[in-house]
Amino acid sequence: MNIIVCIKQVPDTTEVKLDPKTGTLIRDGVPSIINPDDKSGLEAALRLKDELGAHITVITMGPLQAENAIREAFGMGADRGILLTDRAFAGADTWATSCTLAAAIKKLQYDLIIAGRQAIDGDTAQVGPQIAEHLHLPQVSYAGDLRVEDGSFIVKRMFEDGYHLVKVKGPCLITTLKEMNEPRYMRVGKIIEAYQEKEIEIWNLADIEVDPSNIGLKGSPTKVKKSFTKGVKAAGKVYEVEPKEAAKLVVEKLKEKYII
Amino acid sequence: MNFNLSKEHIMLQKLYKEFSDHEVKPLAEEIDEKEVFPIDTVRKLKECGFMGIPFPKAYGGAGADQLAYAMAVEALSKVCATTGVIVSAHTSLCAAPIFEFGTEEQKQKYLIPLAKGEKLGAFGLTEANAGTDASAQQTIAILEGDHYLINGSKIFITNAGYADIYIIMAMTDKSQGTRGISAFIVEADTEGFSVGKKEAKLGIKGSATCELILENCRIPKENLLGKEGKGFSIAMKTLDGGRIGIAAQALGIAQGALDETVAYVKERKQFGKPLSYFQNTQFQLADMDTKVEAARLLVYKAAFNKTMGLPYSKEAAMAKLFASETAMEVTTKAVQLHGGYGYTREYPVERMMRDAKITEIYEGTSEVQRMVISAQLLK
Amino acid sequence: MNFSEYRGIWVFAEQRNGEIQKVSLELLGKGKELAEKLDTTLTAIILGHNVKTEAKELVYFGADEVVIVDDQLLEFYITETYTKVMTNLIKERKPEIILMGATAIGRDLAPRISARVHTGLTADCTTLEIEEETRNLLMTRPAFGGNIMATILCPDHRPQMSTVRPGVMIKLDRDEGRRGRVIEVDSGLTSKDINVEILEVVKEPQEKKKIEEAEVLVAGGRGIGKKENFNVLELLAKELGGLVAGSRAAVDAGWIERGQQVGQTGKTVRPNLYIACGISGAIQHITGMEEAELIVAINKNPSAPIFDLSDIGIVGEVEKVVPAILEVLKEESFKG
Repeated sequence: MNIIVCIKQVPDTTEVKLDPKTGTLIRDGVPSIINPDDKSGLEAALRLKDELGAHITVITMGPLQAENAIREAFGMGADRGILLTDRAFAGADTWATSCTLAAAIKKLQYDLIIAGRQAIDGDTAQVGPQIAEHLHLPQVSYAGDLRVEDGSFIVKRMFEDGYHLVKVKGPCLITTLKEMNEPRYMRVGKIIEAYQEKEIEIWNLADIEVDPSNIGLKGSPTKVKKSFTKGVKAAGKVYEVEPKEAAKLVVEKLKEKYII
Repeated sequence: MNFNLSKEHIMLQKLYKEFSDHEVKPLAEEIDEKEVFPIDTVRKLKECGFMGIPFPKAYGGAGADQLAYAMAVEALSKVCATTGVIVSAHTSLCAAPIFEFGTEEQKQKYLIPLAKGEKLGAFGLTEANAGTDASAQQTIAILEGDHYLINGSKIFITNAGYADIYIIMAMTDKSQGTRGISAFIVEADTEGFSVGKKEAKLGIKGSATCELILENCRIPKENLLGKEGKGFSIAMKTLDGGRIGIAAQALGIAQGALDETVAYVKERKQFGKPLSYFQNTQFQLADMDTKVEAARLLVYKAAFNKTMGLPYSKEAAMAKLFASETAMEVTTKAVQLHGGYGYTREYPVERMMRDAKITEIYEGTSEVQRMVISAQLLK
Repeated sequence: MNFSEYRGIWVFAEQRNGEIQKVSLELLGKGKELAEKLDTTLTAIILGHNVKTEAKELVYFGADEVVIVDDQLLEFYITETYTKVMTNLIKERKPEIILMGATAIGRDLAPRISARVHTGLTADCTTLEIEEETRNLLMTRPAFGGNIMATILCPDHRPQMSTVRPGVMIKLDRDEGRRGRVIEVDSGLTSKDINVEILEVVKEPQEKKKIEEAEVLVAGGRGIGKKENFNVLELLAKELGGLVAGSRAAVDAGWIERGQQVGQTGKTVRPNLYIACGISGAIQHITGMEEAELIVAINKNPSAPIFDLSDIGIVGEVEKVVPAILEVLKEESFKG
């Protein structure tokens, strides 16, 4: 079985802090990680490999530094790694990103494509389904469990209030939730192999067949008009009032912050 | 000269940190308090390839270098010194001498399962009357046909009871003094081999430290490690390597205590300001950090020399001497900066201070390290 | 692309077992406002099986028009069937804006549609406005784990699509006096369009979550006084969709479980809302919760250190303030 796992290197947003004076993001020193949903996707692929045997290719689009994510995937047990990198890909929204990734995947053999549900730096959950659309594949997203039975994939497709058990034949695309498993640690020996024996394949625009008007910033239907931080957290007020009055103040605050 | 870590070492650090934070740190308090050997952790260490880091892949190892190994012990010890010493004793004191002095058959039979982590290793040199004076061995091995008959006992043996394979030093020819000592590979299930009293210790409480008793143990001739009479030399060379592991353990303890303290002084307020605003705190931290960094350079240098096949006996002694004394000093200061809370078990610096002390004692006391260093200086 | 052909605002009325999801009603509320600004109609699109009776409800909540596609093949949500029906409707009827709930269905369907019709999609918007000179939809959403906000446009493609999380927009009051047009459209589906097989449909209550994963935590400390007083914290946590947690003092007193402890020797949490009740704010506790997005502190001691950290602090007795909050929340929900 050939499995392609789409991964993204993301800043660990749980480590991102706001500058208390300016309210801007402090990005320096924020570690880069494999996006958690993607990492669980890779783990799901590795479990299929352990159980049934599989060849796992990880693919990522990003700057050259994203090689670290691929090396980490090697450290966990991935077999092949492709880094799609080109200036022309930069600034892409989900539509253009999925178009680029789909063009690269078209060059590969696959029975199953796995993508994490969403990336923690964007939280859109769009790239997986959009890749599936570009490749005309059936998709099952929000996978909480994945197994193979009689040559078909059985996916526990999660909803807010339950799940569907869905049977889908390959080739298909599945998006995975980080809750579906506990990704393994890298192995010391596999890390050494990742650097001493394995090569990352770097693919540029010239290596894939894609309409240049569909990629990068130019090929992105959505544009960022502006971005801003929510500002510096002002010191909170302390009230000494009657319980009912106090309760109203609290509820008001919760509404203001969209909590209720 | 280049002080940068390679990319693979940086990736290894990531693994070490993730593993330590998620698998080791949460248990540190409990295994200290209950004095239990973290057997599940050892299984997980095996899965991740921590038990054979510096050995070639052909022998079941990870194929990494000594620095990769030292960094692993450092990272584990940063959160739990007990876990650090389990890996260090297994790797440096049991698997390493088999790798360096063993025959091909011995490597196939013992090194591979040790390096894969399927078997746990330990080392028995110290006896009740042979501590720093290791030459005063009273354990005797007598050759009888195709096997040796070993009788005697060992004390303070790390991993005892949980280890499957032991490197045991015994006298084969008393008249020869240290040149009459030989090294043996002893399997735990050998008839007559048993584990005696478990020590109650000040620190590294989860580590199993016990007496070993050998009563008419029949050890096949082919389990003699190296030649007869070479045991003392093997033991000393093994300890040279082991010191890198213990130095790394001490370094980890010191770094762990420093990190805890930095976090604490930023949070803890007295006189309306965080402790970190006080110059005493700042100066103490500066000294602690400087010493930790100096210790790291010594440890990494010794590991580098060993990897490169350069002499490393003095370097390892220096690393162990300095790192262990640094660990003691830094953890003591860490407790002081935590004030009353530091003396309680609410914060880990109390445990770290207790754990630090052993690093000045085992695998050669600080005094022994000074002897090793000065002997090389004055030779 | 002739933009002037694209008119009207659509809300995808998501139903499960024939029941319209609350988020869709909320979107009708927002959609109505946008439709008035653009001087256009608000259409609810409902796909499913035996869902015709729901049409009038959608009108009561603000839809000027309801398009129903009723087909047995649409009984359960399947990406391909829903995408096919939606894209056909879009190609035929050319809406200007499509709003969908950012649910496990909406976030699966919307990207697939956007890829097929080649248009932009913005997920999880918290604010939707109209840029009047261009008729562009200004879609503002959090990014980077909520650390920054970005305003997104889709200037050169139509329709403009966005998803919105449940609870963000406000639904209109139900008004049976509202009138609207109901249009039934054939799905055009055949069984060949079913490319996955649903083996089992399981409804299950939400699993018990861990405090590290909860978005809302109501935490109690020594100041709670006794175990029974945690009951009201439970009620508040339930009302806000969160969990109860506590300080070490509360754990040591046996009022809550060890796994619910926040702080140095417990868990580090980062919820959207942390309500600290009767917790003084000792350093060991604060290290575990200071990253919470919004911190509400209730304590009878006005000089409790927790007030240095809170976004809003109430000096008072927990046993009185928390029930009062519950009461106000109830009143609010009647209104809304």
